[in-house]
Amino acid sequence: MSDIATRPAPSLLASPMVRFGLILVAILLAIAIGVRLDPTNTLYAIFVDPFQQMVQAPDLLAQTVWEGLVSGVLYALIALGFVLIFKASGVFNFAQGIMVVFAALTLVGLYEKGVPAFLAVIITLGVMFALAVTIERVVLRPLVNQPDIILFMATFGITYFLIGFGEALFGGNPKQMIADQLWLPRGAIDLKILGGLVTLQKIDIAAAVIASLMILLLALFFQYTRIGRALRAVADSHKAALSVGISLNQIWVIVWFTAGIVALITGIMWGARSDVSFALEIVALKALPVLILGGFTSIPGAIVGGLIIGIGEKIGEFYWGPLVGGGIESWLAYFIALAFLLFRPQGLFGDKIIERI
Amino acid sequence: MKTTTLMKGTALAALLSSAAMAPAMAQDSVYFANNAYRTGPFSGSGIPIGDGMRDYITMINERDGGVNGVKIVYEECETGYDTKKSIECYEQAKAKNTIVYSPWSTGATLAAIPRAHVDKIPILSMAYGLSASADGTSFPWVFIPPLTYWDGASLMVKHMAAELGGMDKLKGKKLGLIHLDAPFGKEPIPVLENLAKKYGFELKLYPVAAADMQNQGSLWLSIRRDRPDYLYNQGWGAMNPTAVKEAVKNNFPINKLVGVWWAGGDDDARAGGAEAKGYRSLNFNAAGQNFPVIQDIIKHVVDKGKSTAPKEKVGENLYNRGVYNSMLVVEAMRTAQKITGKKVINAEDMRRGLESLNVDEARLKEIGMANFASPVKITCADHSGHHKAYVAEWDGTKWTQKGDWIEPMKDEVRPLIEANAKDYTEKAGNWPKRTEPCEKSS
Amino acid sequence: MFYREAGQYKSTYASDMAVFPLREDRIGIAVILAVAFVAIPFFGSDFFIASVMIPFLVFSLAAIGLNILTGYTGLISLGTAAFMGVGAYGCYKLTTLFPGVNIIVLILLSGLFSAGIGVLFGLPSLRIKGFYLAVATLAAQFFLQWCFVRVPWLFNYNASGSIEVPQRTLFDIPLTGASASPETRYFVCLGIVVTLTWFASNLVHGKLGRSWMAVRDMDIAAELMGIKLLNAKLMAFAVSSYFAGVAGAMMIFLWYGGGEAADVFSIRLSFNILFMVIIGGLGSLLGSFFGAAFLSILPTALKFGLPALGVPIGGATAEHVTFMLVGALIIIFLIAEPHGLARLWQIGKQKLRTWPFPY
Repeated sequence: MSDIATRPAPSLLASPMVRFGLILVAILLAIAIGVRLDPTNTLYAIFVDPFQQMVQAPDLLAQTVWEGLVSGVLYALIALGFVLIFKASGVFNFAQGIMVVFAALTLVGLYEKGVPAFLAVIITLGVMFALAVTIERVVLRPLVNQPDIILFMATFGITYFLIGFGEALFGGNPKQMIADQLWLPRGAIDLKILGGLVTLQKIDIAAAVIASLMILLLALFFQYTRIGRALRAVADSHKAALSVGISLNQIWVIVWFTAGIVALITGIMWGARSDVSFALEIVALKALPVLILGGFTSIPGAIVGGLIIGIGEKIGEFYWGPLVGGGIESWLAYFIALAFLLFRPQGLFGDKIIERI
Repeated sequence: MKTTTLMKGTALAALLSSAAMAPAMAQDSVYFANNAYRTGPFSGSGIPIGDGMRDYITMINERDGGVNGVKIVYEECETGYDTKKSIECYEQAKAKNTIVYSPWSTGATLAAIPRAHVDKIPILSMAYGLSASADGTSFPWVFIPPLTYWDGASLMVKHMAAELGGMDKLKGKKLGLIHLDAPFGKEPIPVLENLAKKYGFELKLYPVAAADMQNQGSLWLSIRRDRPDYLYNQGWGAMNPTAVKEAVKNNFPINKLVGVWWAGGDDDARAGGAEAKGYRSLNFNAAGQNFPVIQDIIKHVVDKGKSTAPKEKVGENLYNRGVYNSMLVVEAMRTAQKITGKKVINAEDMRRGLESLNVDEARLKEIGMANFASPVKITCADHSGHHKAYVAEWDGTKWTQKGDWIEPMKDEVRPLIEANAKDYTEKAGNWPKRTEPCEKSS
Repeated sequence: MFYREAGQYKSTYASDMAVFPLREDRIGIAVILAVAFVAIPFFGSDFFIASVMIPFLVFSLAAIGLNILTGYTGLISLGTAAFMGVGAYGCYKLTTLFPGVNIIVLILLSGLFSAGIGVLFGLPSLRIKGFYLAVATLAAQFFLQWCFVRVPWLFNYNASGSIEVPQRTLFDIPLTGASASPETRYFVCLGIVVTLTWFASNLVHGKLGRSWMAVRDMDIAAELMGIKLLNAKLMAFAVSSYFAGVAGAMMIFLWYGGGEAADVFSIRLSFNILFMVIIGGLGSLLGSFFGAAFLSILPTALKFGLPALGVPIGGATAEHVTFMLVGALIIIFLIAEPHGLARLWQIGKQKLRTWPFPY
């Protein structure tokens, strides 16, 4: 019985650092030679020109990084919903995307019915709690101890149900997020720096601040409260947690409710950036590479992963996209995640995979 | 066990075939199947259109007792903007003997075009679908009035030139095209490329992947870098409100952002808030309730509680476009009745009706649509007509007409259409030759 | 009473290892094939054949492909739709380059393209495992879908940007294109699906299939037993993508008859096929058919069946109810039998064996 790391690395290049360094050096050499011998300027366009652009127009670079940062935080927020549930119940929650839409629609729908904005938020939280309890009772409890993939499938059932239910209740037409009523700022701050103009949207700043606060609160909650400790215990081992008297059912309700709160905040933020419609569900797919990059079980992973993906894809699209006609954002994130995974197969912050025979 | 599954199977088969069977039709009614998408990511645009189409038909049935006494049985088939479901809907419409098929998505139109030529069902794809299908000689069963996406692209260039002060001023300018990264979004590219070469302006492409419709951050960064003089938005669904919001956010002059007619929904513009005032879109129907036809719909349908649209949504741009589409169906049916002398027409009669469709100013006035749309005339060879459109402007609460009705560059578009129609039919191999005779009147 | 193996003795190794060792099973298969080949084309309406049976067959084949990868080899893939797309575009390119070659041959050949691409994107599977592997296949999904839109060579520079299915015939009977009757297209689909299912069944019951299952159960252990992981995993990707590719070519050529293929082969289709495999039963060929039937026929049946039964709902409401019902049914089935419909079927067979005297 011996532990074997995921795959035995080739002996000569044992340390990943050495390998990484060698590959980097090789790439740089190849570029240096290539640029000199390049007849059509293709290599120049790929390897030199984008960096020249970055240096020549630092304000655009700053703007790009800022945009990447904001979307990264928002991706992280969606990914957080996945991580919470995965940690505590081992469920890959396919329904997180539709929960975002459902929460936002409930909020806006209630407001349209004449409920004051902040009361609507509270009622929506109540709805998300009811949803968490229902899911726990109807779906999770009967499926306890089933393989992960079955639970994953069950969340797909939830997704289908919520799509139908949400549209039946609120209709399919897009709605505007009640950003003003929730005292979310609008407008922009123009910074005259770096020889140009960098525009920071107030709503983006608010999104970044709120998301960071949210993440901080969750971290504190996990670290210092009784329930948080219980959650971590459940994440480590269901059976051990049960044996010390932790109620799994209660924990699941709490986790799904927390994911519901995260979904609501995500919904408000994305909704304020465009509008609330069922198309938002697709945005949730963007959380997948973030999740995989950060590791399914790590909250810091979700954040760092979100930032890497967000900034990486914005810079990639902005500087290298035009070379192939643009629109590469749709797949770039996955390739970034894939590149990281080849070096760390369990994600950046994921638990090390130990396989025993 | 085996037998029970077998029985279940046959029961299911029977159920499904009976579902597709023609409904017991009254003597004096025709069946009209319309694809709708009141669900899914594009429902924001689909709902007002569906409402408008249904309400106009209901109004004709209620007010006039149908078309010359023949009631139209209108049925919606829900597609969710999904091609798979649209194909199901086509099969169902065919089984129920629809007089005309209305696909309401480019994907559905493309899948239906070859079938329709074999099944002999006319397709009415109003200003969407395959631009090349405007060639009636190659596509006798497809109709694409009042204009095609290629006309739209040429209108955009004309509009740009008009604002700059002449075609010669286009030289050295930059036109950006924001488009959905799908065949629908890429439609205007060939025409714009031709015109860019001809008039010497630069064309920049900004594709938006379907998954990134609500996530256009980096695209607008590129727009900030490239500083195009004008932007043409070939978008649909959730992509449009996001584009308007981003334009506002990025300080792009909003009156330089012009959408194709499908980017002209009220919800699309409303999303940008007060700053979206000045957002423009091409349009071929008027918005608002100040038309006798809309008033009649309110009187006979909405006030009687027979509509699913709330009263304040009646008269919105996309709603009125649905009304316009239904008007084309009704007028074509009337024409068909006149040509054939039959009251209850079938799909083949309807094709003749569509081909001889001629709604002139006088007729528009009769049906309460004066100043609502430009006259439409379809001929045997020209299944679109390449009719006039205008540039509409969002005034913060509603769409208003900005500028005159302008004629698309037919001489640019028509050769392209004919060349592409030829290309299409050649590649298809064994494409059915047109055997349907042209009407004398057209 | 009717389903009992008493009295059937296996006297050779071959009969012991047969795929259908019981006479009743063989009769059952014969009946199903007879229904599929004779009864359905003769008694089914056009709508039933074109909108229910053909999609069912296409999805079944795709589900079998994914099941080989996910159910038999334990590698998750969210890129099935993209591999199907490769098959569809491959077939389109082939048939325009070689219009004289029979389309059925080309459909079968086009799977080879997706097999190649599948192997390429399967390479990371040697290092990445579990849900993490999904990222490699997702990269394939989004990258290939982008290519379908961006590389005009793939769709022969058509102005519509879509695959325009040309007419192809066999003995002057049109097989593809609009004038092909639903029955003809159905027969072609059925023929391909039956042949490939037979092929898959032999594969998974043979040496390769057993090495796949060993890899699924524990790849390190399999490696120690002398199974070459590289070969087994990449073979699984190749075979799986081949099936997906053929299914994709069938989808465009025999079912859709052309259209916006890039839009068709989206991530949603990938998820749908994965769910067909899970709900049908991982590691079961029969389950692939059940799963495809459940997720492809059920929504259609509800949508067009409910109004026919006189349930007065239509349009959007029907769609909402359909969504809710399908969602609820998925959960109910999972609770009733988490191992998929195939396991339910087995349990049913077991019950039938002892019926009517279970004790």
